[in-house]
Amino acid sequence: MQDVENIVNGQKLFLKEEYQEVFKNKQEFESNMGSVNPAKVEEIAEWTKSWDYREKNLSREAITVNPAKACQPLGAVMAALGFENTMPYVHGSHGCVSYFRTYFTRHFKEPTPCVSDSMSESSAVFGGLANMKDGLRNCNAMYKPEMIAVSTTCMAEVIGDDLNAFVAGAIQDAEGELDNTAVTYAHTPSFVGSHITGYDNMIKAILEQLNPPKSEKVLDEERINIIPGFEPYLGSLKEIKEIAASFGDKIFLIGDHEEQWNTGAGEYSIYAGGTTLETARTAINAKATVSLQKYSTMQTSKTIKNKWKQEYETCNPIGLSGTDAFVMKLAELSGKDISAELKMQRAQLVDAMQDSYPYMHGKKFAIYGDPDFLLGLVSFIVEMGGIPTHILCNNAPKKGWEADMQAIVDKSDWASECQIWPGKDLWHLRSLLFTEPVDFMIGNVYGKELYRDTNTPLIRIGFPIFDRHHLHRYSISGYKGGLNLLTWITNAILDQLDEETKDTGKTDYFFDSVR
Amino acid sequence: MSEMLEKLQLEAIKEVLEVYPEKAAKSRAKHLGVDSPEGVKGACDTTRSNKQTVPGVMSQRGCAYAGSKGVVWGPIKDMIHISHGPIGCGQYSRGGRRNYYTGATGIDTFGTMNFSTDFSEKDIVFGGDTRLKKALSEIDELFPLNNGISIQSECPIGLIGDDIQAVAKKHKAESSKPTIAVSCEGFRGVSQSLGHHLANDAIRDEVMTDTSARSSFESTPYDVSIIGDYNIGGDAWATRLLLEEMGLRVIAQWTGDATYKEMAIAPKSKLNLLHCYRSMNYISRHMEQEFEIPWMEYNFFGPSNTTASLRKIAEFFGGEIVANTEAVIAKYTKMTDEVIAKYKSKLEGKKVMLYIGGLRPRHVIGAYEDLGMEIIGTGYEFGHGDDYKRTKEDLSRSTLIYDDANEYELEQFVKKLRPDLVAAGVKEKYVFQKMGLPFRQMHSWDYSGPYHGYDAFAIFAKDMDLAMNSPVWSHTKAPWDKQEVGA
Repeated sequence: MQDVENIVNGQKLFLKEEYQEVFKNKQEFESNMGSVNPAKVEEIAEWTKSWDYREKNLSREAITVNPAKACQPLGAVMAALGFENTMPYVHGSHGCVSYFRTYFTRHFKEPTPCVSDSMSESSAVFGGLANMKDGLRNCNAMYKPEMIAVSTTCMAEVIGDDLNAFVAGAIQDAEGELDNTAVTYAHTPSFVGSHITGYDNMIKAILEQLNPPKSEKVLDEERINIIPGFEPYLGSLKEIKEIAASFGDKIFLIGDHEEQWNTGAGEYSIYAGGTTLETARTAINAKATVSLQKYSTMQTSKTIKNKWKQEYETCNPIGLSGTDAFVMKLAELSGKDISAELKMQRAQLVDAMQDSYPYMHGKKFAIYGDPDFLLGLVSFIVEMGGIPTHILCNNAPKKGWEADMQAIVDKSDWASECQIWPGKDLWHLRSLLFTEPVDFMIGNVYGKELYRDTNTPLIRIGFPIFDRHHLHRYSISGYKGGLNLLTWITNAILDQLDEETKDTGKTDYFFDSVR
Repeated sequence: MSEMLEKLQLEAIKEVLEVYPEKAAKSRAKHLGVDSPEGVKGACDTTRSNKQTVPGVMSQRGCAYAGSKGVVWGPIKDMIHISHGPIGCGQYSRGGRRNYYTGATGIDTFGTMNFSTDFSEKDIVFGGDTRLKKALSEIDELFPLNNGISIQSECPIGLIGDDIQAVAKKHKAESSKPTIAVSCEGFRGVSQSLGHHLANDAIRDEVMTDTSARSSFESTPYDVSIIGDYNIGGDAWATRLLLEEMGLRVIAQWTGDATYKEMAIAPKSKLNLLHCYRSMNYISRHMEQEFEIPWMEYNFFGPSNTTASLRKIAEFFGGEIVANTEAVIAKYTKMTDEVIAKYKSKLEGKKVMLYIGGLRPRHVIGAYEDLGMEIIGTGYEFGHGDDYKRTKEDLSRSTLIYDDANEYELEQFVKKLRPDLVAAGVKEKYVFQKMGLPFRQMHSWDYSGPYHGYDAFAIFAKDMDLAMNSPVWSHTKAPWDKQEVGA
């Protein structure tokens, strides 16, 4: 029973004797395996750690277990929220939107606006046009957006709804109500690619549909666009803007959701910050566009390169060399010198890397996450002398990514010990960790279960992270972001060292106050 | 005071309706109303519910898949639940509901895992049956201790016309393990509610008919099953403790921490105890018809409800159980009285607005009232008419009733009625916290709990005090914005 002076919740309550008795009583009814046959459970558990299991596991073709990826419209919602006063609108069932909002809200601990037009059985039969007609009007009347960015779900895609015709029809049907609202739309079928594909499709759609045709382009030699990509780190967006500002005031982020998911206490407003629609509408005029995530902007790049005939560059400013390349690219494009401030930041980062390297040198890491995130992070690990033993990318693009990753790995003295695993999930990683263990894991919240199973410490960097607070507020890009990465990884290693040396009288001769 | 409140509530409805275009306003008007315990206004009797959501709004509702996989089937721990279709649904519903369970995850239990057929375009074009078939055999090879597999359809499955029932049937015959296909595509129905129903139908057809699973079961006169408790934060365990202390034998727990076998032996119960009426009244009615097992609703939120429910359950069994139950009540009353003594003074008179799912918009009212708090607004994401009728009994003052409220309406209602606490879901949480309003998540107990039963009430009270009386709310306004005293 609870002690009123010391009320405990389930964490400790269920350890009390009477609840342990409840668990025991329940087992009688549970099953013919598992709980009533611990020996069998132990036997199978041991088998799942073996090379035999690994081979069977790695050869599976049809079932995905514990993946580290999400579906297209989720990325489209993030892309849409990077523009000012923009309401993401999902053409499909509201169930999907509830999931997207919940997923982002749990990561950012912020509200996530997004509407759907609540398609149901009748839409499956008759198509979703009626939903879109009502939906766009209602959305416009209630949330007064400047832009509504429409994406699709797998349902709308399977029934073959024609967005182009639907949007035009709905606008016409609204009798002028939608005339002052931009409505952009992208097809984002959930059965193609992943959330980064959806991000790409939505950015491409917004740029194509807001900008005038190429013939009306008015080239602005000083202007540079930066597309950040599917970026879960709000601090990274802020830092990229700071770096860009040091090269002039005509470098614009296209898709800037920093403020949307970082509003303060005091009052609530649906929209916050974002790329202005004016900036979005003139993107075609820029001299060049720099994408910070090559694989999150594959389709967008085609529009910019082929249709707009604009210079298109990709940089990945995670880690030292990635940031160097980004900074030099901006210097080249803007014709301006690298600022003293940036030079100092670089020097400080290198200084810090030299201070901490002994702890990362030769340590083995398993790293998983989105394709571009991995390119940056693995690059940083290699720069520090760490070994990226397992690099696992569930949503790795089929073309190019593996070669790009291999080129980074080849810079390592331990290149032959590094393995790249495209298209694999976290249940595959479990087998890899048991058979070829590493010292640390780097990735999102879903590595938590691998930590429990394999006892490999997890350093939480990636998306989503639900079980730690405020990490998304930091940067992982630029020199200052590099310092954050260094701090998190090094201190995780030191925490682990303390953990392993804390046994009084046994290991604590190495429990040093000076590291 | 209450007239004043009612006036505000009616005004709030009027104001939100003014913003909608005509067609939407007409539809939404039927879902909003004010009710009072005297029943004069009777919004609970007339509120329209379980209807299509107005397109283009931020509805808080989920889908049929969420109801079947996320609520009913997902928590059955020794079975593997395949999210059949594209990757998203399985990923978003992974580990989001705190359905606690014990077991070796990945070995003999699978509760927090995501199994998906991860559809690509090819599967949409050529159909997913082949992939599904292969997925089933891979699962059996890699997870040999699974006690069955359920196939949870995502949207495309019904649309492309795959015959998942046939695939399931074939696998069941070959593997001799339960293999159950549920056509719970997200576009079906208007909310997660239809998913509950479809999930119940699958249990009825596939689990209840498995007589071999219960053939050697030895009954006692005091066997009961807990139905419709998803063990959020361990609720069903806290419930089980009390029932066992009364002298009852809990033979099944649906579906929080459930196993397939528990599902299959439930027809041997003497009484089914139904907590979440919305999600599991269907199967309770079925067991009543088919196996003549009576069912009884109960409410374990707060000591008043818990005590009343325990007595009602005891009365069914009579004799020794009644005596035991009085002893149980007496044993805990001292503790819960102390809890109330400790917290009531800090919480009394505080006004609360609720917006939740299946049963809590009515069930939790009593728990707040035990602490002297008042409910001034409540509504269901996916309730039906019978849920609202049941709600009426729990109202003790003029209450704003909102069905399928969207984010806009909730925000406006809260601004107008100025409650001291909002208790709803994670999507709403940060909206209201930003306004400086204390908030508790009542779908997941804001990562605390359990909240069912007497021990859990102590946690509930402590959590509400934590929510209401934290110093953080006083920091919302900056010191330079505060009016100077005497200025």
